[in-house]
Amino acid sequence: MATASEVAEKVERDDIRLRWLLSAPALLIVFLAALGPLLIVVVYSFLTPGNYGDVKWQFSTDAWVSVLFERDVFDDTLSFATAYLSIFWRSVSLSLATTVLTLILGFPTAYFIATRPDHRRDIWLFLITIPFWTNLLIRTFAMQEVLRNDGIINSALQLLGITDHPVQLMYTNFAVLAGMVYVFLPLMVLPLYASMEKIDFRLVEAGYDLYATRFEVLRRIIIPLVTPGIVAGSILVFIPSLGAYVTPRVLGGGTNLMIGNLIELQFGAGRNWPLGAALSITLMVIVMVALLFYVRNTARSDGAHG
Amino acid sequence: MAKRFDVRRQSGFVSLAILCFFLLYLPIATLVVYAFNDNDSLAIWKGFSLRWFHVAWNNGLVIESSLRSFQIAAVAALLATISATMAALATTRTKPYRGLTFKYAFINQPLMVPEIVTAVALLIVFSRIKIWTGYSGLGYLVAAHTAFCVPFAYLPIRARLESMDLALETAAADLYATKWKTFWHVTLPLLWPGILAGLMLAFVVSLDDVVITEFVKSGGQDTLPTYMLGQIRRGVTPEINAISTAFLVLSIGIVTAFFFVSRKRT
Repeated sequence: MATASEVAEKVERDDIRLRWLLSAPALLIVFLAALGPLLIVVVYSFLTPGNYGDVKWQFSTDAWVSVLFERDVFDDTLSFATAYLSIFWRSVSLSLATTVLTLILGFPTAYFIATRPDHRRDIWLFLITIPFWTNLLIRTFAMQEVLRNDGIINSALQLLGITDHPVQLMYTNFAVLAGMVYVFLPLMVLPLYASMEKIDFRLVEAGYDLYATRFEVLRRIIIPLVTPGIVAGSILVFIPSLGAYVTPRVLGGGTNLMIGNLIELQFGAGRNWPLGAALSITLMVIVMVALLFYVRNTARSDGAHG
Repeated sequence: MAKRFDVRRQSGFVSLAILCFFLLYLPIATLVVYAFNDNDSLAIWKGFSLRWFHVAWNNGLVIESSLRSFQIAAVAALLATISATMAALATTRTKPYRGLTFKYAFINQPLMVPEIVTAVALLIVFSRIKIWTGYSGLGYLVAAHTAFCVPFAYLPIRARLESMDLALETAAADLYATKWKTFWHVTLPLLWPGILAGLMLAFVVSLDDVVITEFVKSGGQDTLPTYMLGQIRRGVTPEINAISTAFLVLSIGIVTAFFFVSRKRT
């Protein structure tokens, strides 16, 4: 006869089996069509490019070397490659600028929504969600309508007599930046709102009672309280900005590339899959560093509050 | 004091927020207005007309790629939602166990990798499988879409499960319902709004995807977004505005439905 503890053990074992069985399909799909292929990218970054795309199964570190250096055609010496680095630099700085601008625009917006009466907040949130769920390509294309030579900005400028000829806005860094701010703004507003919703306004009131100005209240009470939201929103905007592909391609044209477009080039016209793979891994590493920063930051703020 | 002092007010915030909403909707509004422009080029307004909608409707490629988009989105959303529901049950209705955090991170992995990286990874793997098997159908696109839809379906379902009252399920078990009966008669009916929300999110996310589809598709497998991307590259006619407007109306419809489903919290 089984003892009570043996029965309990069997129940526990069955439970574990059921849990793994239930999660197996999701884990399998994600492994086969997302995580697994990622590991193969690492392998590909150490191979030799094939003649017509794809790879030859021959170990090589050339791809990694050329992420950072370029080989001189004549004397085979290596020098620091500026071409790729400058694209990385442009990507990182445009993504940072996007993050800061969405924060500047998103902070008051989230605050505005959070301070509406309960029954009206849903409607304002809904208005933020609509562009968020509208196709990214369509939103980028909509931005093109605004920035084109005969778009609304240029029409307005000419109507007001500020210029008599259209200002070139499309295919500039400015266009890419404007497009990314536009596309990623909801990603900043939503987490900001989530943490502002929880603000205890008695703390704000206490601040005023102690003769704080509005700016001091903002800086020393509200901003510290919503830091988790600011960090989460920044991560949510920064990571997809870094990998942006559609927006720079449509609004930046062929000259204002970002990492995403550079990677695509290696798999298309460049026919250098190992280099594309190495660039992809580099992008992943930057993203991981950003995520690590986020995890450490949230761990710290959790510790501070509880 | 004439006006009560409002502790919540911050100077300038309301006007900045209004500006933000204005900026969010200005481009979309322009896009929609120009879809009704009776002119061959986008630039000049020539009067109201539905002719570009007519052109798009009669464009075989547009209809074909739209249908393909819906097909892929429907299958991928369904598969992702079923597997996500199962996984959500396995990660909530249990006390913390070893491997739980791992599962959680694993399922959400597609959210943390830049889309372009997933796209090239799938290009590499699928192009090899294509050579090995000779199969080049829609299966690759469905598999890819299912994978990145899993976390989008998983998150609302998990949230719903976590906010549900365990007492009802415990009560059912106390009344000698089997695990299966408890699930079928108690858990599932309560979980439906979450499942529906997950399904709709997954559907919209799949419908929206450009980057992964662009890399994974074989010749002649354009979805509506990749078709549009190709057109934009070739130079734009108001037809794109008309297609975008139709797509927009559809997305807004789904999001509105999602909004009302998720608001019904019992």
